Amino acid sequence: MTTLALPRATKPNKAGGPVEPRFTYPKVAIAVGAVLLAILWLVPLLWAIDTSLKPEPETTRTPITWLPTAPSAEAYRLVLDQGSILRWFLNSTIVAVLVTALTLLVSVLAAYGFSRTTFPGRRVLFGLLIAGILVPPQVLIVPLFQEMTSLGLVDTYWGVVLPQVVAPVMVFVLKKFFDGVSRDYEDAARVDGATRLRIVWSVMVPMSRPILVAVGIFTFIGAWNNFLWPFIVTTDPSMMTIPVGLANVQGSYGLRYAQIMASAVLGGLPLLVVYALFQRHVVRGVGDAGIKG
Amino acid sequence: MAVQTPTRDQTGTPDAERRARPPGNGKPFTEKWGGLFFVAPFGVLFAFFLLWPTFSGLWNSFFNTSLAGVKQEFLGLQNWRDMFGDPAVWDSLKNTLVFTAMSTPPLVIIALVMALLANRKGLLGWLLRFSYFAPFVLPATVVTLIWVWIYQPGFGLVNGLLTAGGFAEIDWLNDENRAMLAVVITTVWWTVGFNFLLYLAALQGIPDQVYEAAAIDGANGRQKLFRITLPLMSRTTGLIVVLQLVASLKIFDQIYLMTDGGPNYATRPIIQYIYESGFTSYRIGYASAISYMFFVVIVIVSVAQFKLFSSRKEAGR
Repeated sequence: MTTLALPRATKPNKAGGPVEPRFTYPKVAIAVGAVLLAILWLVPLLWAIDTSLKPEPETTRTPITWLPTAPSAEAYRLVLDQGSILRWFLNSTIVAVLVTALTLLVSVLAAYGFSRTTFPGRRVLFGLLIAGILVPPQVLIVPLFQEMTSLGLVDTYWGVVLPQVVAPVMVFVLKKFFDGVSRDYEDAARVDGATRLRIVWSVMVPMSRPILVAVGIFTFIGAWNNFLWPFIVTTDPSMMTIPVGLANVQGSYGLRYAQIMASAVLGGLPLLVVYALFQRHVVRGVGDAGIKG
Repeated sequence: MAVQTPTRDQTGTPDAERRARPPGNGKPFTEKWGGLFFVAPFGVLFAFFLLWPTFSGLWNSFFNTSLAGVKQEFLGLQNWRDMFGDPAVWDSLKNTLVFTAMSTPPLVIIALVMALLANRKGLLGWLLRFSYFAPFVLPATVVTLIWVWIYQPGFGLVNGLLTAGGFAEIDWLNDENRAMLAVVITTVWWTVGFNFLLYLAALQGIPDQVYEAAAIDGANGRQKLFRITLPLMSRTTGLIVVLQLVASLKIFDQIYLMTDGGPNYATRPIIQYIYESGFTSYRIGYASAISYMFFVVIVIVSVAQFKLFSSRKEAGR
């Protein structure tokens, strides 16, 4: 999908035009500017890590000190010993995995249905789906909470998960992608007697792996980070996800900044690692899904 | 971004499908309704968790409903009339719009600058992309814990630097005139990465030949930027502005977590007022009416932007 840019700075171009020099002052200046901006963007994260490694009294010293005199993991030990953050990790993992798996499952099936099959009412349903993209989940919190109360799903995983599985925009993105997949493979599979469900699994899914990875990663990040809905539908601390649980940290630790920053670092680390590992997919996914969707 | 072109258009679908299977072998029922089964799992969830609350919210707005939902008294348009006369609605709507107006320009411009800077290969490119986008993957709570600490009076990072530089310190989050700015700075840091990636994808989609042709014509770096790159980015900019406006209007998490809408309600956004009306004052019907008013605002902005965007796109071709 993505046509990668060829390295162009160093070699003479095909038409025999002027050769661009490798290093020029503007180029170096741009690189330096880019690095400075990157450092500026990393400072808050580095400051959080720095604070979390300081002994508690050093965090509130004025004038502010830069590096801890004796780095210690004491704050991390205290936060982990307290236990609730591990529980929230577990909850976030369960919620994010369930949301991602279910979203991919129902969205792929629906996208295939809208892209490749006909049935009475298909256009109306697709119109509803498009209208659904416009509905901000934030305006539904009150009626949705009432609904969850009557279904008995408050403070349950399903209560947190199910509303997040409804992602019309993902169905739309996948449907547009499926529209662009050639039908020849599908026709061939059909001649061989494959059922349509089989075609989805053995033809469409493998052919759209990059976009599925992108949708999956963004769904996972979104579910892991979602604050408002889990915050509304969970009241029991043992059912909270990381973002909701951490919202109460300030109060429960008092003004122990090293511990607060240690819990912030712990809360942010998993996704930073996921992002570092999958950066290529994330960047390409935004290109494929974001621009077209 | 070379996109695969659809081999057959939408209207050709049924014929092509029918021709592909052996004649006289079709099962009428599955042929006609089979597709519905693919849509059904999503459709059921969609009906339960999107359609139903959308309509029950509208229904609620005409009643005096408590959170327990037991006693309902029909009020007609009373909630709606109350809403238009409630200064808190207008103040929080104004705060939402102020936040949107303050946050959107930097979120677009800085994203573009970042994309221009980070559109390079190799390790440096990877590191730049990582740094610019990394905050976006953090949960709101982690972001706000860090930034509340950074804005801390006395020994916070920002005030520490201000006092070290001989300036007066600022109590960012407790100053009515500065709190919104503080939230905007945090938001730009946190979310600019997504727009950055959208711009980056668009930049990488510009074919090399365009730049090669310009080089032959003797264009310098600045001319390439202003005559080629930026004009080619205008569609992407339109898209990003639309997405960003709608995203900014939905502001809640950062403000709730950083200032709780304060000081003196100076930063309280409309969604927080909906939340408070519903879950603190237990006025479900009233909260639903405000939700709907806000929903209408979002739809108007989306549709207006979409219209503007698509007509400009046509004009630009």
